[in-house]
Amino acid sequence: MTDPTTAVGTGGRTRSLGADAWHDLRRRPLFLVAAGLITFLLVMAAFPQLFTSVDPTVGDLSRAREDPSAQAWFGYDHLGRDVFARTVYGTRVSIVVGVLATTAVVGVGAVMGLVAGFAGGWVDALLARIADVFFGLPFILGAIVVLATFRASVGQSVIGISGLVIGTIGLLSWPIVMRIMRSAAISARSQDYVKAARALGASPWRIIYRHMLPNTIAPVMVYATIALAAFIGAEATLSYLGVGLRDPVVSWGVMISEAQSYLRTSPHLLLFPGAFLVVTVLAFVLLGDAVRDAFDPKGR
Amino acid sequence: MGRYVLRRLLQLVPVFLGTTFLIYFMVWALPGDPLAGKCGDQTCPPAFVERMREEYGLDRSIVVQYLTYLGNLLRGDFGENFRGQEVATLIANAYPVTIKLAVVALVIQAIIGLTAGVLTGLRPGGFLDNVVLTATLFLVAVPVFVTGYVLQSVLGLRLGLIPPTVPADPGFVDLIVPGYVLGSLSLAYVARLTRTSIAENLRADYVRTATAKGLTRSRVVGVHLTRNSAIPVVTFLGADFGTLMGGAIVTEGIFNVRGIGGLIFGSIQRLDGVVVTGVVVLLVMIYLLANLVVDITYALLDPRIRLD
Repeated sequence: MTDPTTAVGTGGRTRSLGADAWHDLRRRPLFLVAAGLITFLLVMAAFPQLFTSVDPTVGDLSRAREDPSAQAWFGYDHLGRDVFARTVYGTRVSIVVGVLATTAVVGVGAVMGLVAGFAGGWVDALLARIADVFFGLPFILGAIVVLATFRASVGQSVIGISGLVIGTIGLLSWPIVMRIMRSAAISARSQDYVKAARALGASPWRIIYRHMLPNTIAPVMVYATIALAAFIGAEATLSYLGVGLRDPVVSWGVMISEAQSYLRTSPHLLLFPGAFLVVTVLAFVLLGDAVRDAFDPKGR
Repeated sequence: MGRYVLRRLLQLVPVFLGTTFLIYFMVWALPGDPLAGKCGDQTCPPAFVERMREEYGLDRSIVVQYLTYLGNLLRGDFGENFRGQEVATLIANAYPVTIKLAVVALVIQAIIGLTAGVLTGLRPGGFLDNVVLTATLFLVAVPVFVTGYVLQSVLGLRLGLIPPTVPADPGFVDLIVPGYVLGSLSLAYVARLTRTSIAENLRADYVRTATAKGLTRSRVVGVHLTRNSAIPVVTFLGADFGTLMGGAIVTEGIFNVRGIGGLIFGSIQRLDGVVVTGVVVLLVMIYLLANLVVDITYALLDPRIRLD
């Protein structure tokens, strides 16, 4: 995985690991299903107006907790808001939080891991210990403490609340990427191509950026796809606990959290956001599985 | 071996200090006045504030406070919260239930996960393999609280097979469904890990040797193959024990189990920082020790791995 892997393709041309993986991916039915689902969800996240013309935040108490009907496909919630509209609008927040949290985790973790792996010595020891500190915090407990601590300081704005959740997930998850990247960087450091670059007088940053990064990023990308699914679930779990996203923000986790008290009488309040959540996470898990298999030369 | 354990223990010290200081700092230094709201709607009388500040050392710097806390902790004193309850007592009341729940979850994971993994790993690509693969995908995709609510309302409320909430002092049988819910995610990982491990080792030399010397298939699989393939699974389960206890908060909330999760959640809502720090510090300690024990077990189970 570490040297610039090339494979002879069917047409006789050489392909990079990435191109080879892409070639492999396009033939997997599970990948196509997952990609189709994700495209659909992304469209829904980008243009919720295409799917519903109802405002998700307008409630009418006279129709509170009405069952699904032709008028409102998914029924109304405890404040008489349209559950279908809320579910559609919730897609955006859930996916944005997942994507941004993954970006943050990969960004911070990859940089720290590369630097630690490349530098070695005391820099490596220090960064590894810092990572251990954050790694030692159990995820949900740590997240509850962080979110409860900063809850008051972000106020009621949608961006503030979402940003806090993204930051919390990032803060507690980057050590995993850092460890993956660090071990990849350590094995890459002693490879011939790095030595060659060094002998040619390349600066450390150039070696890291131009030579090591392209050859160590594959395992991190695989983790990132799987982590994306996990982070969408994590956002929902934290919102469900009442410490994550909250009311002005519309998300599936918030909806499930509000549905808790009406579980016996109105199970549809839980069912619809829950089903969307499960399908979304499933789509990203499938994608992650397919990507991992495609990047793993052993499995071919 | 002894030196390795000693070195790992020494490495734990800075991590432990860092983690606990982080928690302590977040709970105590940031959210403003810890005494705010302690006197109902009125502002607290100055005399009260004075006394509490002195008693809890709030007038000193955060580092001094932390060091004092740590010193007390080393003597086994978790401190008292603002209502005068001993944190150690609160933890001692809540902890056994959480441990029981985590143990039940672990046993369920081990039994179902290992069985499914061994059966599918022996015939990769077969019908059962595809069924289990799909099932694990769903287990990974469904968040714990959805699983919990669905099982609670279907098994508990509609079918009446189990009580929807767990009684005050639950036995192991009462905890089977909550334990399954808690362990469902890791269950999928155990099944997949076992499957991969078995499928890989199936072609190993020692399996061929065992078959060649005429052992029955059940003995080859049961003794030689499973024992060697179980090593990564055992280590995963060990590391998972710490995670399960930290993650039990959701399951405990749904099934009304009075464990550590409920304690910490209530404490955060009451701004009871002493209890929060106490519980988190304890869980961090268990998490770190569990990981250490796992690494040592790894070497004990697989003599090819040398620790030094």
